[in-house]
Amino acid sequence: MEERMDKIVESLSRRNIEAEVRRDPLGTEMILNVGPQHPATHGVLRLVLKLDGEYIVDAVPELGYLHRGKEKIAENMTFLEFLPHTDRMDYLAPLSNNTAYMLAVEKLFGVEAPKRAQYIRVILNELSRIASHLVWLGTFAMDVGALTVFMWCFREREKILSILDLVTGVRFTTSYARIGGVAQDITDEAIHAIKEFIDNFPKELEQCEKLLNKNRIFIERTDGIGVITKEQAIDIGLSGPNLRAVGVPRDLRKDEPYLVYGELDFDIPVYEEGDCLARYYVRLDEMKESVKIVRQCIEKLPPGPVKADEPKATHPKKEKIYTKMEELIHDFILTNFGGTPPVGEVYHAVENPKGELGFYIVSDGTGYPWRLKVRSPSFTNIQALPLMLKGHMIADLVVIIGSIDPVMGEADK
Amino acid sequence: MKDKVIEKLNSSFKDDIVEISEFRGELTIVVKKEKIVDICKFLKEDPELSFDYLVDICGVDYYREKDRFAVVYNLWSLKNKFRLRLKVYVDEPDLVVPSVTSVWSAANWHERETFDMFGIKFSGHPDLRRIYMPEDFEYYPLRKDFPLQGIPGSIPLPGQEKVKIQRS
Repeated sequence: MEERMDKIVESLSRRNIEAEVRRDPLGTEMILNVGPQHPATHGVLRLVLKLDGEYIVDAVPELGYLHRGKEKIAENMTFLEFLPHTDRMDYLAPLSNNTAYMLAVEKLFGVEAPKRAQYIRVILNELSRIASHLVWLGTFAMDVGALTVFMWCFREREKILSILDLVTGVRFTTSYARIGGVAQDITDEAIHAIKEFIDNFPKELEQCEKLLNKNRIFIERTDGIGVITKEQAIDIGLSGPNLRAVGVPRDLRKDEPYLVYGELDFDIPVYEEGDCLARYYVRLDEMKESVKIVRQCIEKLPPGPVKADEPKATHPKKEKIYTKMEELIHDFILTNFGGTPPVGEVYHAVENPKGELGFYIVSDGTGYPWRLKVRSPSFTNIQALPLMLKGHMIADLVVIIGSIDPVMGEADK
Repeated sequence: MKDKVIEKLNSSFKDDIVEISEFRGELTIVVKKEKIVDICKFLKEDPELSFDYLVDICGVDYYREKDRFAVVYNLWSLKNKFRLRLKVYVDEPDLVVPSVTSVWSAANWHERETFDMFGIKFSGHPDLRRIYMPEDFEYYPLRKDFPLQGIPGSIPLPGQEKVKIQRS
């Protein structure tokens, strides 16, 4: 870079040192390809970097290595059949995706889930938020060289996966939500396990914090690295914890309360700095807030059904299908033709661990969505990468990519 | 807020609004495609409305004679916490919509994705390349006339020559 050369020459001449400056006749810039099979890019993200020595001059992210055409697939199946595909988009928080998708479908059908189902959804959403942030924290700490935190975070996450196993019957790709509710009720055993987890988790998180918060290597590798300003962040459409780390208090749980978030008491952590350290603090505080939300939900959990009784939109109970004619017909129609939503277009977004996850559904009145668009947070967050990378050293590349928490399954759809 | 948006748009762009509709509490405004940049700029810069956050841009293929394609803009106002959907219709053979990258830089990748999936071109876009599909792919996968299982031979596999399919 010419500018930096000039600065060096100027500072030398200020100290009365005469230097013979020989500019590189071949140019000092080079192009470096990172990924898509690089372990530090958290998936199949490919970056083409323009380097000047060890400094990044420009970066171009390339997507599409995990493009599976989810939107095309969705147009060819019923609303419920698409549910398992949502698990496989943000595979670190499948329950949040299930809920987000079902809320959009429910909005289209005009169905609302019963209170108990909504509380269960919030509990599981927040648990998967913690799980997702734990994976992030572990891998991020590993990116800057702290291996212990990685082990501890995955140990805690394993406990959440065991809880999900108790509640949904599956550890990972849950497919737990249904139109107008959830698949099955939550058991006392599961509630007990959740209580035990949220009692112990803050202590365990504190242990991780002790390893990082005053760790000089960690601070120096993240403080002031990957800075993005507030104006830039809004302009480029950052969302989620990355946006809250630049001082914009945008959280859809507060701005557009869905489910029962309006009845719960929690705060939105906001930091002003916009660097990797701020993004770390936002996610750390969010996990603590999630624990608060889960605790309130467990206390308030009302009795009642977990699925709405709307024969035109939701599948009836199995025992009714086997004994009643009407329910059998509804089940047959819903399974084969997917119900009859009104003609129209809806968009519903939720606050996912990564940011705003929205589903835009265009319905032509048949049981198949005419068009389903996924607004994935990782996609827009990766778009902001070049802004954060410019001017930093190549060693910071891994930290900056890690700090925005991209999941390629979601960015590529 | 809804009334204010409609009133403000009506006072400045009365002739360019094609249709205003509401479904499930969501406001959709269809506008003429020639004016989309001006309208977006107005919505963003008006101090009372301030739609400063672009959530999403996507295409829709309605597969009909007139107004086959639509480009949908999903806006959010950080100040008013309000969502607005803008829509423009575009038809073959003139599949070109002015790009709104000059208003929000977030539009860059969303417009690239729309181009990749539907073949809608955005005039004035700084870097209109395919984003998901290979550069030399000739079709637009999210169009309704593209089959679900793909077109055999359209993506060459290793050790295989690319096959040119004759379209009838």
